[in-house]
Amino acid sequence: MPPIRTDSEWLRGEGDATDVVVSSRVRLARNLANVPFVNRMSPAQRLNTLNTVRARVESLGLHMTWIDLHRAPLSERTLLVERHLISLQHARGRKPATGHAGTGQTPTRPAAEEPRAVAFTSPDERLSIMVHEEDHLRIQALRSGLDLAGAMAQADDADDRLEAGLTYAFGTRFGYLTACPTNVGTGLRLSVMLHLPSLRLTGNIERVKHAAGDMNLALRGFYGEGSEAAGDFYQLSNQTTFGKSEAVLLRELTGEIIPRVLDYERAARRSLLNRRRADLEDQVFRALGVLSRARLMTTEEAMRQLSLLRLGVVCGLFGAAPDARDRATRQPGDAESAHPDGSGSLDLATVNRLMLHVQPAHLQRVLGVEMDQDRRRAARATLLRDALAGV
Amino acid sequence: MKCDQCDQEATVHELRVTGGKRLERHLCESCARREGVAAQPPASVPELIEKFLHQAAKPPVQTAAGPACPRCGLAFAEFRETGLLGCPDCYQAFEAQLGPLLERSHEGGTHHVGKTPKRAGHASDPASAVAQERDDRAARIAALSKQLEQAVAGEHYERAAALRDELRRLGDPACPPPTSAPPAPPTGPTN
Repeated sequence: MPPIRTDSEWLRGEGDATDVVVSSRVRLARNLANVPFVNRMSPAQRLNTLNTVRARVESLGLHMTWIDLHRAPLSERTLLVERHLISLQHARGRKPATGHAGTGQTPTRPAAEEPRAVAFTSPDERLSIMVHEEDHLRIQALRSGLDLAGAMAQADDADDRLEAGLTYAFGTRFGYLTACPTNVGTGLRLSVMLHLPSLRLTGNIERVKHAAGDMNLALRGFYGEGSEAAGDFYQLSNQTTFGKSEAVLLRELTGEIIPRVLDYERAARRSLLNRRRADLEDQVFRALGVLSRARLMTTEEAMRQLSLLRLGVVCGLFGAAPDARDRATRQPGDAESAHPDGSGSLDLATVNRLMLHVQPAHLQRVLGVEMDQDRRRAARATLLRDALAGV
Repeated sequence: MKCDQCDQEATVHELRVTGGKRLERHLCESCARREGVAAQPPASVPELIEKFLHQAAKPPVQTAAGPACPRCGLAFAEFRETGLLGCPDCYQAFEAQLGPLLERSHEGGTHHVGKTPKRAGHASDPASAVAQERDDRAARIAALSKQLEQAVAGEHYERAAALRDELRRLGDPACPPPTSAPPAPPTGPTN
């Protein structure tokens, strides 16, 4: 098993609009022609496609790390989910339907052992390809901050390179053919991970959810489909993939919708700062108090408190508020100016990194030891106390 | 019943009991949203599809298993159950059923618009491929023109500009490329 890093592209806290947008992601769903979709493939077809795709990926010269997930232990698969390189569903595996095409035999193998893989660029992990998730290929590009256009360009380029050696399932009327018709057409899912604590604190998050639904967008949890919003982090993505071009879908999201959500969150933040400053500071510094003193900490509580800490950082309560233009030239190790009331400095990259390191698989990887849930709660609290000791 | 605040039909009804007092409000969707009264959230694409699948679960004329894909053998009834198709050919086999479903769940989309692979997997004879491409282009132009009208009506100018660019790319006669150079920007007084 190749080494997997514990820092990540999406948590560098760099790029545009990082006060609200944690990361941007573009995903293209693709299938091979003349092969059943993943849910109807026989074991032999699965292995065959896996080998075909692997050979193609390795010929691209993109320096990608390949991991056969059906051979990877649960802890490695969980680590990859926490790093947003694979979906929860891909980590678990999908059991083929009974009576699938091919052998006609009923498969008895557990879903986790069904042949499937992920390939990702190393070390930056900006580009990844899931093989045999719901579709044969899911090409994904990830960026820190708001940069859907940059992610789109990279995913599109990888798609072109793959396609030069593979024949995709494509129809003139329905476009790129996918296992589920919710992805057909462009196969394109554009999404941004948003941090919206002010909208929750001012009681407006439901309105954003309604507005998102009105505009045919989905607002999902931290780990995408089927996951809960942890610590006020939400994924906003397009639902329509058919009948509109990639350029139109991109422009709708970046030109119309995201700017509006940014305005809502920033207006709510200004309102908190102007009208309820004492209340806001109390919540942020209570969170710091808990994180820097507690002895036992669950992932859920850590995410909740870190969300408030992140709000404090973007409000300038721990030194200068982050500015996208400044950050582009700032080096990762540069110190932020200290807050006038004497509290220490804290930056977005630190809070973002802690958000990842408190997750179960990362915690064990960072500390280099496997632990049960109770020991993880203690270890998580220690990690947070150490990291926030000087703040 | 009319909305308490305007002449629209009331579709959101709120009943609140505070301190033994009963307070009823009847509002239309837009007034309800303005008042912050929770209406049913609009259905998402998966919800729409699920709803469709349930509706389609009892078609008036159908054999026991419904039509099946000649390539992979998936019966349409199985798709209703799982929401997943069996192979790329299922799209052709179930085109009549899928067309209306996709139109409803993808904001009126009737044809793919956008990227096309250089080596598409559907082989056909060259003459019919040319005819198919011509029909397809006409259908795309019609679909995009409809979207452009809606975008302008809704004052979504960013979207309208993107749609116009797309129509130009497809060579729509109604959206010719700009023929003359744009007027030079004012350069200020010359002296």
